[in-house]
Amino acid sequence: MRRVVITGMGAVTPIGNNVPAFREALFAGKNGIDTITKYDVTDSKYKLAGEVKDFDAVALLGKMTARKTDPFTQYALVAAQEAMDQSGLEGTIESDRFGVCFGSGIGGIETLCTEHQNLLEKGPRRVSPQFVPKMIYNIAAGNLAIAFHANGPCTAVSTACATGATAIGEGYRTILHGYADAMLCGGSEAAINPLTIAGFGNCQALSDAEDRNAASIPFDKRRHGFVMAEGAGVMILEEYEHAVARGANIIAEVCGYGSTCDAHHVTAPDPEATYVAKAFRDALPEGTDLSRVYVNAHGTSTPLNDKTETTALKLAFTEEGAKKLHISSSKSMTGHMLGATGTVEAIAAVLALTSDTVPPTINYVEPDPELDLDYTPNKAVSTPLDVALSSNLGFGGHNAVVAFKKV
Amino acid sequence: MVQEKIIAMLAEATDTDASEITADTKFADLGIDSLDMTEMAMDLEDEFGITLEMTPELNTVGKLAEAVEKLTAEG
Repeated sequence: MRRVVITGMGAVTPIGNNVPAFREALFAGKNGIDTITKYDVTDSKYKLAGEVKDFDAVALLGKMTARKTDPFTQYALVAAQEAMDQSGLEGTIESDRFGVCFGSGIGGIETLCTEHQNLLEKGPRRVSPQFVPKMIYNIAAGNLAIAFHANGPCTAVSTACATGATAIGEGYRTILHGYADAMLCGGSEAAINPLTIAGFGNCQALSDAEDRNAASIPFDKRRHGFVMAEGAGVMILEEYEHAVARGANIIAEVCGYGSTCDAHHVTAPDPEATYVAKAFRDALPEGTDLSRVYVNAHGTSTPLNDKTETTALKLAFTEEGAKKLHISSSKSMTGHMLGATGTVEAIAAVLALTSDTVPPTINYVEPDPELDLDYTPNKAVSTPLDVALSSNLGFGGHNAVVAFKKV
Repeated sequence: MVQEKIIAMLAEATDTDASEITADTKFADLGIDSLDMTEMAMDLEDEFGITLEMTPELNTVGKLAEAVEKLTAEG
């Protein structure tokens, strides 16, 4: 049986533009949510977001690439470079044994908005020829394959807010079943703009809080919606023997993947949580000591999500078992990076696992009597961990859970 | 004048020193693809008030400048 390990990780997030910075902020409980700077929010109902800060695409990628890519691809390229550098994979693998599984929840919506404006104001002859290849949501995957010479399977998955987890899970299976020896996996999102915010706002999914410390408050009784964020996460997955043979630094092992669908409603999770529970059970290796498991929950801070996830954990592992788990939501710090969130949170789970430290759920003030598990309020906790899970639930009813263990 | 404008546009887009671009420079050598060429044509149309159809023959700075100058003279 082939085994799959992680040999590189990269991240661009609202709390740090690389993994070391993200790690420090994650364990310190840094809040990356603040007033939106990308456009004027004076008259907007929704004023907060988790923006990526100090990201200079021209300086990082060069003028040509910056001009020809949407920010969601730019975040992907920068995160991928970090992960590739850490893995040392480049030049050590046959290009057709190296693939990409990388998605986005929405794709290049900033580009779409700009070019639609051009169409309305200047007519069809002034719509940029770069429009389609900048916007289409598979294009981050395509650009990553070009940048890192990956001629193996290259797919772009999209399962809304579960995208980043699905990409890891499907990449894991691609290696497990022998279709590739290494996969660049992840998700990216850059959708903080008036159109997306209005859309999610009218879905009644967003927090309208103006206090940045009372907006993304997963599992807290006061929770009332999520806070939009952006960024990218990348994991380099590699077949274990391949990694060992080239003397790679092995970070952790991918040891499970659960993928199900509620088949219930387009936006609301199934309150019974039957299939979220199944995804959790499918991902967690049998015989794992639940008191040594960390769950990086989807924990969006919407009333329904956090309740459903709590129900699912109880259903999957019994009430008594679920109470042993160490749980937290890093969205309390980053906000919700949509398609990127699953990968960034998987990275958080791996960082927790490898340092035996559970990152906190910050701004947790008022416990909800219905949500009675250990959500690691406000302060990181040191505790021995054997397995880390990361769960994500997306519009469309997509549920994805990935599992990691030490090697 | 047209040629200088094209060189300035190319230097800006490709982050190349303008002194390295001449009339004989091929667009392909600057890493410019057909999408970039179409985009540059749009900018030239706006700049000179012309309608420019890009063709594969217009593959150097000098040839493009000549075509633009001809269109501009025609008014």
